[in-house]
Amino acid sequence: MHFVRIDTFDQWRSEARRLLLAETAPSEVSFSTTDDQLSLFASEPNVPTSSGQRGAAAASVLKVPREFLALAETVACHRGTHRWELLYRTVWRLTHGEPQLLQISMDDDVHSLQQMLKAVTRDVHKMKAFVRFRKLEEASSPQASYVAWHRPDHRIVRLAAPFFARRFKAMHWTILTPDESATWDQTQLRYGAGVPASESPDGDALEALWKTYYASIFNPARVNVAMMKREMPVRHWQTLPETELIPELLAAAPARVAEMIENNEGFAQTAAHYMPADTGLDSLRAAAASCRACDLHHCATQTVFGEGPPRARIVIVGEQPGDNEDIAGKPFVGPAGQLLDQSLARAGIQRDEVYVTNVVKHFKFTTRGKRRLHRKPDSREIFACRPWLEAELAAVKPSSILCLGATSSQALFGRDFRITLSRGQTFETEWSRRTIATWHPAAILRMPDAARSQQMEQQLVDDLVLAAARPGKT
Amino acid sequence: MDVRAKLAILADAAKYDASCASSGAKSTRAGSQIGSTEGMGICHSYSPDGRCISLLKILLTNYCIYDCQYCINRISSDTPRARFTVDEVVSLTMEFYKRNYVEGLFLSSGIIQNSDYTMEQLIAVAKQLRTVHGYGGYLHLKTIPNAAQSLIEEAGKWADRLSVNIELPSEGDLYQLAPEKKKPQIVGAMQGIRQKIDEAQQEQAAGYKPPRFAPAGQSTQMIVGATPTSDVEVLKTASELYTGQRLRRVYYSAYSPIPHADARLPGQAPPLIREHRLYQADWLMRFYGFEADEIVTEPDRNLSLDIDPKLAWALANRHFFPVDVNRASREELLRIPGIGVRNVKRLLAIRKHKNLRSEDLKKLRVAWNRAKVFVLTADHNPNLSDLDKLDLGKRMRPKSQQLMLFDAAGSARSGEV
Repeated sequence: MHFVRIDTFDQWRSEARRLLLAETAPSEVSFSTTDDQLSLFASEPNVPTSSGQRGAAAASVLKVPREFLALAETVACHRGTHRWELLYRTVWRLTHGEPQLLQISMDDDVHSLQQMLKAVTRDVHKMKAFVRFRKLEEASSPQASYVAWHRPDHRIVRLAAPFFARRFKAMHWTILTPDESATWDQTQLRYGAGVPASESPDGDALEALWKTYYASIFNPARVNVAMMKREMPVRHWQTLPETELIPELLAAAPARVAEMIENNEGFAQTAAHYMPADTGLDSLRAAAASCRACDLHHCATQTVFGEGPPRARIVIVGEQPGDNEDIAGKPFVGPAGQLLDQSLARAGIQRDEVYVTNVVKHFKFTTRGKRRLHRKPDSREIFACRPWLEAELAAVKPSSILCLGATSSQALFGRDFRITLSRGQTFETEWSRRTIATWHPAAILRMPDAARSQQMEQQLVDDLVLAAARPGKT
Repeated sequence: MDVRAKLAILADAAKYDASCASSGAKSTRAGSQIGSTEGMGICHSYSPDGRCISLLKILLTNYCIYDCQYCINRISSDTPRARFTVDEVVSLTMEFYKRNYVEGLFLSSGIIQNSDYTMEQLIAVAKQLRTVHGYGGYLHLKTIPNAAQSLIEEAGKWADRLSVNIELPSEGDLYQLAPEKKKPQIVGAMQGIRQKIDEAQQEQAAGYKPPRFAPAGQSTQMIVGATPTSDVEVLKTASELYTGQRLRRVYYSAYSPIPHADARLPGQAPPLIREHRLYQADWLMRFYGFEADEIVTEPDRNLSLDIDPKLAWALANRHFFPVDVNRASREELLRIPGIGVRNVKRLLAIRKHKNLRSEDLKKLRVAWNRAKVFVLTADHNPNLSDLDKLDLGKRMRPKSQQLMLFDAAGSARSGEV
């Protein structure tokens, strides 16, 4: 009987080679490691002698599949005490008439090796996942360093460390484990002694943010604790700061789900809540007068609803009432309204033939001293008010719609509509076969460049003519 | 609002996004200082919902001008709102990454101002990470619906993976619940990404070194259970995307009850089992050579909830069995319930050297209980006599048939199948 003490893969490799050349059957060898108890019958184990010369000569004689060496090197990191003898028995069988052994997955030895391989690679994977660096700022060095303490199941520091060196190339870091530590100084990896858990670094200010993230990304409607524990074994929890939150997250989950299902309150309102049963224009106007679907009704004087014949051929849609409109309660009566009237006249259209309205029916403003300055409605307000416009269009059924400015164009064509690109073109929408976008008179009035302002005014007139044209006539 | 408060809102808003993969980018970008991608994704943590946390998954903002009914961030919802600056997202990503909390960043956003502006903001984050910080980790960008093709192409330069959300299985569903999103535009965006990916691959094959374009490909997400659309339709849509647009992954997200659900949506979420079955069926299409319409055997065109789709197919197609494990082709072996892709590979390797017996199959850890009725082995397999029994389907089903009602409730609660 041969008693051999092995601590590293390299020792095992040279020892295995020596034993194979001596034709020593696996049953004749007892392997042990330093931390094992000695076998009852073993005398002082012989310290293996390096077999450099013979080994080199024998390498050509011993044909072992390359696949086996890779497997053996990884399995050597496993803590199982029988790993050396299992490896030796396998290499013996490979060289004694079973060269295809590794293909036979259901062979007991091969199966055990594969299970051990799986355990080690999984452990390496978990180390890559569960190492949590903590940043240490030291006055003595300009570089912050990152330190982590991790307890792997097997002796895998050297298998995993190169990965961290590749990933955190431009950082000084140290990973401490009970068996061994690894340090990277941005140029080389050094290995040192292991340290106990008490040596692990203190917390890191960022952990509070990380915990916030962990708590927020959890969906209480999908609790699945078994799955979590399978993938994140509880023995690793002590070094994972986020796991402290798990009990309270789970405790609060049922209540949060109930709330998620029950909670239909606070659903922001839209004009749909104020829609009357009778959808004629007069009934709509009366109902809109008391609309509170958004906050604009607080400060505005009154609702400014659309105006014009209920069977108008053309509907003109502006953005929202301004200062004058808010006082008068009618759309387009201020400076922009006057310009619109002029343009209508130039296009040969009577103002009282068209139905004029706005996307948003209340004036939105900020106060500067005594003046009320117009503010653009935001998408929330446009969305809340939109059912009124849709109801008006459904009631009037115009043959063409003319949108003045970006807000009303985007309300009808979608948010990606660009008035600069598509002004004056006819599109089909669900409310009319001929929907056209053009400049808002207010934009023309604000244009500082006189030539450009004249050009825009002419385009507004052209687009009005286009809207008034009867389809089929050119 | 401080970063922590924003993070709470904008991570919460992202929790309905099912995407978690961080794999697929084969090699790390040249010149990276911090971060690597080596093909395999790593899950750094697990949340109590059993899902992995591998990426910092956040929205740039949850303000949105759209009104998609299934989405908590729709304009008409009164959920609390926040918006990160580009710098905040960049520094959060770098700090989390340096501590090995995450594998990378998944960045999506509500739509603010317009699609192009929003897409530009996402690109700004990606570009700053790559160029200023030498970040080489994983980066997944959501493309914004209706954003310009030129912007999507720029995003592909910086990102490892791009995704365009198909959102709902059919055109009709979209019209009903997300009127601003149009299927042709969504599929068109995927088409554009696919073409760019193909171009980069062709140049690489020709020996050039083209700039990277979304090396981890593209994925999408579909919400199930928000509309009555059947599983067949869902799988057909997925199948079209896998073949037509060469997607790497289609994610299914069981419609979670979201606060303030709209009247147009069902008030209860479908059981998570359905989502699980869809993933199983999806797997069958991608790795087992099944077609979408043969997987669904139920008359109501939905997947069976109480048995897995492969077993359901086997029960409905008994003329195909028994399959002889020592002689059958790879395609035939793949159809046996309880035997997976890896075991099929092993069986093919082993049977060159020896005849397979039932004992061997058990040692390989095939799911013997499911497989035993369907396989012919070198030894006598007494279970084969059950193959022609009329009540086989009943026997193969889980025991607690009458308790189905509570089963579904229980598994919907625990998520265990």
